[in-house]
Amino acid sequence: MSQRQVLQVFEQYQRARSQFAQAVADLAARPQSIDTLRSADVVCLLRPLLLDVVPSIRQIAALALGRLADYDVELAEAVVKAGIVPQLIGSLPEENRYYKKAAAFVLRAIAKHSPQLANAIVQYGALYMLVICLEDFDPGVKEGASWALGYIARHNPELSQAVVDAGAVPLLVLCIQEPEIALKRIAASTLSDISKHSPELAQTVVDAGAIAYLAQMIPNPDAKLKRQVLSALSQIAKHSVILAQLVAEAEIFPVVLTCLKNSDDYVKKNGATLIREIAKHTPELSQYVVNSGGVAAVIDCIGSCRGTVRLPGIMTLGYVAAHSENLSMVVIVSKGIPPLCLCLVEEHEDHIKAAAAWALGQIGRHTTEHARHVAVANVLPTLLDIFMDPRSSEDLKTKTKNALENILQKCTYLPALEPLLHEAPLSIMPHIIGQFSKVLPRDSKARRLFVTTGGLKKVQEIKAESGSLLQEYINTINNCYPEEIVRYYSPGYSETLLERVENYQPVL
Amino acid sequence: MAAASCGREEGASMAALARLHERLAGLREEYFLTNRAIDEERKAKYKAAVKIQRWFRACRVRAYLRYLSKMAILIQKRWRGYLRRKYFREVVERAYFIKKQKFYNEMAVRIQKTWRGYYVRKNIHNFYALKKYLQGVSVKNEIVRLELQEEAEIKEQEKKMKDLEKKEKEKKYQARKTHYLLSTEQIPGVYNSPSRKSPDPMELLLRQSKPLTHRKQQVKSPFADELYGWPTCKKPPAFVTSLPVLPADRQKPQGPFRDPAEVLQQRYKPVEPTLRVRESMYSSPAKTRELTRREEWRNPIHGKEFLPFSSHHKNYEKYEPSLFKSGKYGQEAYGTKYFREVYPKKWIADKDFETLFSSIALFEKFGKTYSSSGQIV
Repeated sequence: MSQRQVLQVFEQYQRARSQFAQAVADLAARPQSIDTLRSADVVCLLRPLLLDVVPSIRQIAALALGRLADYDVELAEAVVKAGIVPQLIGSLPEENRYYKKAAAFVLRAIAKHSPQLANAIVQYGALYMLVICLEDFDPGVKEGASWALGYIARHNPELSQAVVDAGAVPLLVLCIQEPEIALKRIAASTLSDISKHSPELAQTVVDAGAIAYLAQMIPNPDAKLKRQVLSALSQIAKHSVILAQLVAEAEIFPVVLTCLKNSDDYVKKNGATLIREIAKHTPELSQYVVNSGGVAAVIDCIGSCRGTVRLPGIMTLGYVAAHSENLSMVVIVSKGIPPLCLCLVEEHEDHIKAAAAWALGQIGRHTTEHARHVAVANVLPTLLDIFMDPRSSEDLKTKTKNALENILQKCTYLPALEPLLHEAPLSIMPHIIGQFSKVLPRDSKARRLFVTTGGLKKVQEIKAESGSLLQEYINTINNCYPEEIVRYYSPGYSETLLERVENYQPVL
Repeated sequence: MAAASCGREEGASMAALARLHERLAGLREEYFLTNRAIDEERKAKYKAAVKIQRWFRACRVRAYLRYLSKMAILIQKRWRGYLRRKYFREVVERAYFIKKQKFYNEMAVRIQKTWRGYYVRKNIHNFYALKKYLQGVSVKNEIVRLELQEEAEIKEQEKKMKDLEKKEKEKKYQARKTHYLLSTEQIPGVYNSPSRKSPDPMELLLRQSKPLTHRKQQVKSPFADELYGWPTCKKPPAFVTSLPVLPADRQKPQGPFRDPAEVLQQRYKPVEPTLRVRESMYSSPAKTRELTRREEWRNPIHGKEFLPFSSHHKNYEKYEPSLFKSGKYGQEAYGTKYFREVYPKKWIADKDFETLFSSIALFEKFGKTYSSSGQIV
């Protein structure tokens, strides 16, 4: 009898502990109660439960700690300060997979807040344990471990290198081949986080054979998986020409273009980013992108999205056009200029406008044909407006100015230049007048048009310092016309005429 | 004779002499005058002769000088002519050479001009190739756009179909749940109001649907935790971590059964695939291992492999087959032992069974064709 009573006491205690752990875990899932929990010093109370005899209490305590650390930096720091991490890590090898999952959750929740916390975790030897978890058979454990590794590797190159040194990369590549979609997603996102920092890390990922598996997963219908895979490939390709070539050789091309038509915006964005990272390195890679019809897909993608999702697509067009004039002509022929124009007009964000202005500058700067196409699309007044707008940022102004200068240096299409003549500020004026001075001496019809549209009048009104380039251009233009016309249009001509009338003595 | 003449003459002479003396003064004057005249004449003649001689000598000298200068001129003329002609030949040669060079240059320029124009237009700035390329790119763009459009449409369709199917499934489930709303003979159901011309589609669905069976009591497995909320863990695990405990008072079944503990251990042996099985055949480490294996097979120094050093493998690495390979009354020989292996310990007699009839001739040779280092003799 007394034995049963004694046992009952212990059972009560166990039930109380289990209830407490369960309740704290439930409360930790709700953000409102976390402050109260924090003030009640919950971390120190949960700590002994981690060493409890009953495995389910351990697991639930770990889960509760994970949720707490997930919510807030201070709680995460409190968890680390309470010395919980070594306990978690030390007990990992013997535990079952639920505990491993919960422990990985705690580590991930702590690591996600800041590099210092991630560093602290790494110093406790967490990486070794996480890699052991990666070798486990249960996909949930692998997922938790790779998620934690991803959050650790995300912060800076040193932590990434530490993750790689712990031997995580081949195991992550094996994880990608597993059938569970969530595991694939997280492994892909971890590989993306590792390879984004430096070319050596990206090379390590490539050496483990990741590219082939990632490329195989692009056609997968799951949108979130596609996001991560495309992001991983673009982080690998962005560092150097060789890596970009390796990615391009993995036969991604027609498949990536279908991603650009996906209904999910971030899939489109990451797909466009991948194409941008491949196209930006050399003209041959851009040529390859163009030959597989990438330009058309990117242009359609730009036309169908709004906001920052468009940005990588715009930059792709800019990079492709920048490499050579043939590629720039290809962009023009694929009807790339109207969407870029629309971007300039519609978008509110300055950096997207700046990117669109830069891209238009790259397209138009090669030869007069290119500049003509750009000018015909009525781009120049828009660029000028943006340049003169006081609300534009410095960066936007610089980029629009460069784009205008580049296009104007080759533009001989006078009907597009004339509206600019009336509105342009003095910094742009020399370029415009320069172009006029190149074309007018040779073309008589243009001279006539120049006079009738009031251009000559405007030119006379410009005051330039003598000896400057602007004055030379003005003189060249004035020399194309007879004296009387120039005098007729010079300002104050009517006054001089009236003076002559006054001083005239009539001959009777 | 001379003397005679001289004598006569002496007389004559004396007369002459006297005469002469008379004339002497006049003769002297005459003589003087004549001498003076002669002298003057002589002087004049002398001067004239000198003049003439002088003149003649001068003429001669002049003629000589003229001659000399003529000769000098001739020499110089001939020499200069010769020199200039020689020089002229050189000049002509040079001019000819230059003219030839100019001609060649011009022809070369023509050739180079045509070639360069052709080469540049063909290879470097091939306008027609560029045009064709741009056309090709446009065509490819169109194709890509069409294909993408088609794919997007197909995906839309699929999505719609999925949504429709889901709705259908929902409806059917609802119908099955509320099958009791079906109208009977006496009472028209909710969906079959008498004022309607034909029953509601829900009514028709209800007519077709089978009522749901009772939900089986779901056994809560000991591993059910809230950690199932995680995406990969959707159902309870298939593996058993602890061996099922048989009831203690279970009667030992009669028959040649193995020890249950052994059987359970063999049945629930944890899966530990070897590295070879875990890894795919086509992964690069596997391929390199294959390569090294082949190399080792090709290039050994001698044919005999090293024999094992210890008997560790005999005692500790015994292969235990899984339970599924066991036969009804013990282990089946298939896959575990060699086909032709025999176990003399299991024989109940020393000799083989007597055959009633001759067996197949080939099989008679079994055991007899092989040498003693093989199996039986």
